[in-house]
Amino acid sequence: MNRFLLPLGAFVLLVVVLAIGVSRAPEKSVIPSALLNRPAPQFLLPQLGSATDFDSRRMQGQWYLLNVWGTWCVGCRTEHDMLLEIQQQGRLPIVGLNWKDEDGAAVQWLQELGNPYAYVALDREGRVAIDWGVYGAPESFLIDPAGVVVYKHVGPITAEVWQREFLTRLPPPAGDGSTPLAVPQLPPVGAVPPAAVAGAGAAS
Amino acid sequence: MNHLTLARPHLSRRARAIWIGLVALLGFGAAGMVLAVDPVELQDPALQARYRSLSHELRCMQCQNQSIADSPVGLAGDLRREVRELLVAGRSDDEIRAWMSERYGDFILFRPTFSWRTAWLWLAPGVLLLLGVGIAVRIVRQRAALAAVAGVEDDDESLT
Repeated sequence: MNRFLLPLGAFVLLVVVLAIGVSRAPEKSVIPSALLNRPAPQFLLPQLGSATDFDSRRMQGQWYLLNVWGTWCVGCRTEHDMLLEIQQQGRLPIVGLNWKDEDGAAVQWLQELGNPYAYVALDREGRVAIDWGVYGAPESFLIDPAGVVVYKHVGPITAEVWQREFLTRLPPPAGDGSTPLAVPQLPPVGAVPPAAVAGAGAAS
Repeated sequence: MNHLTLARPHLSRRARAIWIGLVALLGFGAAGMVLAVDPVELQDPALQARYRSLSHELRCMQCQNQSIADSPVGLAGDLRREVRELLVAGRSDDEIRAWMSERYGDFILFRPTFSWRTAWLWLAPGVLLLLGVGIAVRIVRQRAALAAVAGVEDDDESLT
């Protein structure tokens, strides 16, 4: 009797371990961010549509979404309509981190598909993305008013993900929620600085 | 004799095929080295050696089963650039590993650091080995005891 108990026990243990592994398989490719619950890395980058650099410190004191995107990124196109909807909801501003892209292509993309971003910072060399532990676009970080990374989502944000992972972490909207946030508006994408337009011209 | 001379070329043909296969394999390996994705060399040979070993220790986060030294992906190239710059800036290997895992988590290290979270990773093989040895010793002892008993029985049988 005892002879079979040990192998049986080992077998059951193995089945349990494998079952856990298999049931969690979909999450395997998503690596938890090392930044969770830690201060978001600060950065200073040139921005689209403005002559002055974008300083991430200006986002202190408010909730915001940092969305890593590029025109070369297929998932970003999938996600774009959802980003526009998030911007319409007005719960929080979206800062776009344009990752290893061409300025001209980025401008064209926003002109064609609409601009959900309050600011677009241009990470041409991909250094800021590394500071943020980015390994694939799209990635989105939820940052609280204290500047702490509350949540990171890898892959396109869907309506379901937005509802389940982001809205539940946000404080309830003030008042009836109809008052839009005081988000500084990006100038119309048509009015981009000469440098970016020149870039667009060169790209097309 | 005739049979042997007939068989020989046959054998050697097979041997030749094996040799060709082996050489081809070696060739592919060499080609892989020649086509190494990272052509950048650091000036200082000592730094270059550390750069080599470090970049083999860091995981390419996009492809996950390759090191950043072996991956042609853009991000891997960016991470190699960071490693080079940190080396030139005089950071130690440990500092560079820490720099990486600060941003990408322990997952980026092919050789994870020892911490309470990774303790089971490091200790499990030893524990399992001890367990296996223990079980093996028990089985061998039991078998030996059985064999001794059986041996006595055999002797008894041979006597009768």
